[in-house]
Amino acid sequence: MSRIRSLITVSLLGSMVFPTAVAAQEMIADTTSRKQALTSWGVQFEELEYRYSDDDEELGVWSADFFYGTDDLKVRWLTKGEYAIEEQAYEGLENQLVAQVPISDFFDAKAGVRFDTPEGPDRTYAVLGITGLAPQWFEIDANLYVSEEGDTSAGLDAEYEVLLTNYWILSAAVDATVAFSEDREIGVGKGLVSTETGVRLSYDLVDRAFSPYIGVVHERKYGDTADLAEAESDSTEDWFAVIGARIAF
Amino acid sequence: MKVRLLTGVLSLLMPALVLAGEYNLTVDRVEIDTGDFVKEGIGYNGKSPGPVLRFKEGEDVRINVTNNLDEMTSIHWHGLILPYEQDGVPGISFPGIEPGETFTYKFPIQQAGTYWFHSHSGFQEPDGAYGAIVIEPEGREPFRYDREYVVQLTDKHPDSGERIMRNLKMMPDYYNREQQTVGEFFSNASENGLMNTVRDRMAWGDMRMMKADVEDVQGFTGMINGKGPAQNWTGLFEPGERVRLRFINSSAMTNFDVRIPGLDMTVVQADGNNVQPVNVDEFRIGVAETYDVIVHPRHEQAYTIFAESMGRSGFARATLAPEEGMEAPVPPMRDPARLTMADMAGMPGMDHGDMDHGDMSASEGMDHSSMANMDHSSMGGDDGQPSDPFYAKGSGIMPVAANDGKFLSYADLKAQKPLYEEREPTREIELRLTGNMERYTWSINGVKYEDADPIRLQYGERVRFKFVNETMMTHPMHLHGMWSILDVGAGKWNPIKHTVSVQPGTTVYMETEVDAPGQWAFHCHLSYHAAAGMFRKVIVEGGPDSTQAKTDVAIEEGGDA
Repeated sequence: MSRIRSLITVSLLGSMVFPTAVAAQEMIADTTSRKQALTSWGVQFEELEYRYSDDDEELGVWSADFFYGTDDLKVRWLTKGEYAIEEQAYEGLENQLVAQVPISDFFDAKAGVRFDTPEGPDRTYAVLGITGLAPQWFEIDANLYVSEEGDTSAGLDAEYEVLLTNYWILSAAVDATVAFSEDREIGVGKGLVSTETGVRLSYDLVDRAFSPYIGVVHERKYGDTADLAEAESDSTEDWFAVIGARIAF
Repeated sequence: MKVRLLTGVLSLLMPALVLAGEYNLTVDRVEIDTGDFVKEGIGYNGKSPGPVLRFKEGEDVRINVTNNLDEMTSIHWHGLILPYEQDGVPGISFPGIEPGETFTYKFPIQQAGTYWFHSHSGFQEPDGAYGAIVIEPEGREPFRYDREYVVQLTDKHPDSGERIMRNLKMMPDYYNREQQTVGEFFSNASENGLMNTVRDRMAWGDMRMMKADVEDVQGFTGMINGKGPAQNWTGLFEPGERVRLRFINSSAMTNFDVRIPGLDMTVVQADGNNVQPVNVDEFRIGVAETYDVIVHPRHEQAYTIFAESMGRSGFARATLAPEEGMEAPVPPMRDPARLTMADMAGMPGMDHGDMDHGDMSASEGMDHSSMANMDHSSMGGDDGQPSDPFYAKGSGIMPVAANDGKFLSYADLKAQKPLYEEREPTREIELRLTGNMERYTWSINGVKYEDADPIRLQYGERVRFKFVNETMMTHPMHLHGMWSILDVGAGKWNPIKHTVSVQPGTTVYMETEVDAPGQWAFHCHLSYHAAAGMFRKVIVEGGPDSTQAKTDVAIEEGGDA
């Protein structure tokens, strides 16, 4: 109320023949970058690693994101890949381009497209998701996907870090995928599709820019998806030893 | 009134008698060697920190600033009362200084004391663009000293300012290496019990706030007059002399706790204005503040000036000695500070929108137990608990003197000579200091500078500013162009400052006599908070035009002296 009143006072003053109002108009306007939204960018490889499975399979794996934007709007490119070294083929290759806006103090909403172009059939999805920090420091990334075939699925990633020291960090990550309809062509059955659980021990060698790690990753397929994999004589459960580095710049 | 008029007429009639001084500054790319690392930065006249500018009260200065950078620059004269066009804030006072351009600042020196200057463009200030200002008073100083030194504190970081800002935006805890670890969990558990510790961690985890969030930017080397701890800047004295030390905190982000083991310090000036002398063992100097202290070393020995950062992530060190090369022991740093729930008290219900009521009551239940618990562990007993009315009761960053002696509080500061007559403020303006650490956004009243309307003041009014710190960080708030009369409850003896550190979970009042027309910057002086949006433009409407104002103020000052 008092704010409104003072606004009225100011505008009244302005409308009168006060010479100061003229002087005020002559004062410069702030057109410096300070008055513009702060634009920032960053690159993070959450995973960049070599995996060796209990079946002697060797994989090169990455999971990275690049962002550019302001507090109010960011563009994010997320890229994930699993490259089978012996077969020289991508078991998984996924790229997402999303726009991200804040929806609460700790969460952002995102929307965009996802392109899957691994060995075998490709898929394009529309993506709708949220990402942020849940109470008790769980980093959450939850997404809903609709493919061009009309199949819907959802993914949930959660990550938690334990600081053994301020440089030795133990991180645990769980990714789970659920499909609401079957997409037999890419080996996805209805229901819980798969989980990937990883535990990694890293050391911040150069600031937080370069943090080598070792770890263990467990991948498992479930239900119809597991049946489809068995029919293709693919494995439904793998254990990996991993070595790699987290990178940020 | 007559005297004022007469002085005014005299000063108009005899401009030729007015002292005039011409000064030259170049803005240069420089190399900065901290002893820990060497980096490129920005300095004045070829070095960082730049020179100490020595002015005389009553002098008309002309300062020619030549920009040798390949980008725009500016110089703000921190704490000086001058016409707004000379204040040096691009986009508010003037357009800035182009590469290759020489800009001449012209203004009368209407005050005395210790001040400083720095760039107000981009991240040039954290990159090294600062220097000191010492103004000799027209009359005699109300205290005696035999020699004086500027002691300029800085927090030099290996990363450039721009890079630091980007890293903080990418990962707000990028530089925080004092976070709570598993080891700390177990040591807390054995001290306070497992369940208390779990509850405490849960309460903080629920808020997604870190007790260790005292300093955003760690990994710096504390410097004194451009020398790192190993390079050990040394000021010489003859035993028995009184030495005036002009402390200036030109850090980008770091508050320092300063002490000189073995010496009492008498604080005689704060932010350029003389205060009634107060003897202390230690004082905390907020970013952008200045304190002048007098020490009286009587013995033929060296003394260490030791300045620990408030979060204990780094320190600056220098030496006072009868001869070059002498050293005194350098004390170890104390344990890293941990915030308490008291420091969170300013958060509106600690409610973050996505917590439901069940969560809230649960977390409140936890708050009480963890708070009581924290008080015991961090403060060591109920009796004789240190307290400072300018900190939240039970605050984790409550200052405590290393020798359990006297730690300076704002409440101890009383003006030596009030600049203004005391009167009722004409109105109050509430400024909530707000932010979100996880997003590294900082704002005032929840609005960042980019989205904010200017604060409009009327010439001639006396405004009471109410700062409500709703964040868990200390914010040194700096109003340009006009004095900040800090309300310490001393009425007309309230100290006159240019920067007021507002501690987490506290409400602080200051009053300003709106006596300077034009437009001015008003912001948190932590470089990355200001850049993230904790910044306002203040427009002073009405009053004489700025040239008249200049004379007017000069007359008032003349009348005082």
